[in-house]
Amino acid sequence: MFTALELSRIQFAFTVSFHIIFPAFSIGLAMFLTVMEGLWLYTKNPLYYQAIRFWTKVFALTFGMGVVSGIVMEFQLGTNWAGFTKQIGSVLGPLFVYEVLSAFFIEAGFIGIMLFGWNKVGPKLHYLATILVTIGTTISAYWIMSANSWMQHPVGYQIIDGKFITTDWLAVVFNPYTLPRFIHMMLAAYLATSFVIISVSAYYLLNNQFVDFAKKCLSSAIIVVMIIIPIQIYIGDESGIKVHEAQPIKTAAIEGIWDTQKGAPLLIVAWPSNAEQRNLFEVGIPYGAALINTHKLDGELQGLKSVPQEDQPEAWIVFYAFRIMVGIGLLMFTYAIVAIWLLLRGKLFQSRLMLQASKYMAPTGFIAIITGWFTAEVGRQPWAVYGLIRVNDAVSNVSMHDVLVSLALIIIVYGIIFGVFYFHFLNKTIKKGPADFDSVEPFYFLRGAQPQEGDK
Amino acid sequence: MELALTWLLIIAFIIIMYILLDGFTLGVGLLFPLIKEDSERDIMVTTVLPVWDGNETWLVFAGAALYGAFPLAFSTLFPIWYIPLMLLIFGLLLRGIAFEFRLKAHETRRLWDWCLFGGSLMAVIAQGLVIGSFVSGFQFNPATGEAIRKQWFSGFGLFCALALIIAYGLLGSARLIKKTSGSLQTKFYKISAKLQWLLMLAVIIVGVYSPQSSRLQMRYWFDLQHSAFILVFLIIMAFLFAIHALAIKNRFENLPFASLIIIFILAYLALVTSNLPYLVPNQITFMQAKADDGALLFMLVGAAILIPVLLFYTAYAYKIFGGKTNEKISY
Repeated sequence: MFTALELSRIQFAFTVSFHIIFPAFSIGLAMFLTVMEGLWLYTKNPLYYQAIRFWTKVFALTFGMGVVSGIVMEFQLGTNWAGFTKQIGSVLGPLFVYEVLSAFFIEAGFIGIMLFGWNKVGPKLHYLATILVTIGTTISAYWIMSANSWMQHPVGYQIIDGKFITTDWLAVVFNPYTLPRFIHMMLAAYLATSFVIISVSAYYLLNNQFVDFAKKCLSSAIIVVMIIIPIQIYIGDESGIKVHEAQPIKTAAIEGIWDTQKGAPLLIVAWPSNAEQRNLFEVGIPYGAALINTHKLDGELQGLKSVPQEDQPEAWIVFYAFRIMVGIGLLMFTYAIVAIWLLLRGKLFQSRLMLQASKYMAPTGFIAIITGWFTAEVGRQPWAVYGLIRVNDAVSNVSMHDVLVSLALIIIVYGIIFGVFYFHFLNKTIKKGPADFDSVEPFYFLRGAQPQEGDK
Repeated sequence: MELALTWLLIIAFIIIMYILLDGFTLGVGLLFPLIKEDSERDIMVTTVLPVWDGNETWLVFAGAALYGAFPLAFSTLFPIWYIPLMLLIFGLLLRGIAFEFRLKAHETRRLWDWCLFGGSLMAVIAQGLVIGSFVSGFQFNPATGEAIRKQWFSGFGLFCALALIIAYGLLGSARLIKKTSGSLQTKFYKISAKLQWLLMLAVIIVGVYSPQSSRLQMRYWFDLQHSAFILVFLIIMAFLFAIHALAIKNRFENLPFASLIIIFILAYLALVTSNLPYLVPNQITFMQAKADDGALLFMLVGAAILIPVLLFYTAYAYKIFGGKTNEKISY
């Protein structure tokens, strides 16, 4: 039978994996809408307006899901991880307070205007609301990344009577670990969102629907991807070096290396086994891992066996999660090159093969985000705060049955609500398309005209 | 001392903001079964759609502030309240999702109407159980210092839940009187007229019941030094209820909501002051639970600058969507 600790871990992993999809998608869509609304105000091209109104529907649904699943995350810290919150409440609590003050309230205050304010406020104020919501999502992501980075790489603290006291708030907020991870996360959100836009546009083109609208969205998103993906690969590499400096054992798990060695190979496939303290099989490229993590052919990597077995993360999860993330990154890069080549030759919109492929790219970004998150979080185990607090000591004194009940409810409710209805309504919105905004003029009240049907 | 006290007051402020703002939002959900017409339900939802997210954010803020300023209280109370807090989250989850999906749905519309009502009801019951157990206090195992579990459930807690359902329902009804007109408004006047007597009754019963369920409260309420204060409190409450009843009878649009806000604030003050200085009843005072002064000061800088700003733009957003609601909105 499971213990409260195991169930709490499953519950946390489950809720965070579900939750992260929505903020990531909201962050990307908010930025997309900000750019599109700016272009629309500048060019007055109605295609941009269509794009804003259509993607706003998707944004609203997604944002709502993020808000409600986020409350679960916050409360869970207290209900399931009291040992953790008690010890480091003074460090992480203030970061969450700042997140609420500087991000959540901005989002909450202006999302109403962004969604429902088309005929209540003027175009400039509406655009300001859109920009503020985007800034809110960005700031919120920063605070979460800084809290998580502190757990990965604690700095600026002292331990007094078993409690963590922050001695340097600047060091906590601007942890050197945070910035590359934050940029990595933001770019991942932009990429994941771009691929949803690409996929939906390709779907319209394949069905010969809303062709002008789809072409505009598709080409914009592909240009965005082409710009972002090389930067993302570079930032990912930077993060890798930071991980190797701060958490060498995580790097060892990522690379499947058991013995400390110079010039370690890059393993393409392997089966790391914690039980046997070795890889059951491995196929690798010589010097690869050393080169990637230290940027030197004979760089030294610490092996998993350099720490006791109880201090090692579950290596196979980290190993494969990382490979899925990187694999998707390379797939995106290949896609972007082919797509740009076709776009420049004017053949993209005719190539059914490429449009079919585009259609299936939608989930890739989110899979990369979740597996990237797994790499970071499982790679940190068994520590809740790296090297300082073990996950076993972080759990609350709650009964196994309580956690079992809540976990069962969460799985059922999340499965039905997020799994079935979110996708149902998303599907419905996409099937319906942007058609109903064809003839609508927003801000009619400024011109003294009458409202038109469907624009209330 | 001053820093911890300041944060105690800030958190008290955050919680009453949550109770008032999300209170009327939850109330709108609770009133759903009383209004059958689809178009009228649309208007009810429209009155809260642009603001519900902001209202709920005060709860997130309360959680974060308690975590940051009084981590020991946060990590002691939340595991004790595991089940009611999960119930609260699920209630809010269902309600939030119903708000979003209801706009999109046609065939499944009824389902989301029920989720809106059920979610609101669940959240309110959970809050009632939490308040009830907070008033009654907890028992701790003297050997380990751990709280004895399952203390969140009691008859008194259930009664608090019932009282809260009536109170939020009345607050929602008063809000809807402000926001609607014509025959729909008349319906809410009628609902308010009935609910106000039930609330009065519930307040009296809670007042009599709660000192008996808590030794600390007993000491507080029947202390002679306080009795004059309590007498004044009761007179003001009776006066406010009278104003509310007259406002409903004479169909004043704004006064019912305003008088209820003051009733809520007074009842809230009575509740929180009788447990001072404890954050975990009879067990941990706010001074024992506080974070280090550096953390409190760091948060205070942000709070002092940002709370006034956010109050300003929240009020502004309310103003934009102010006035009567006559039709459904969508995006």
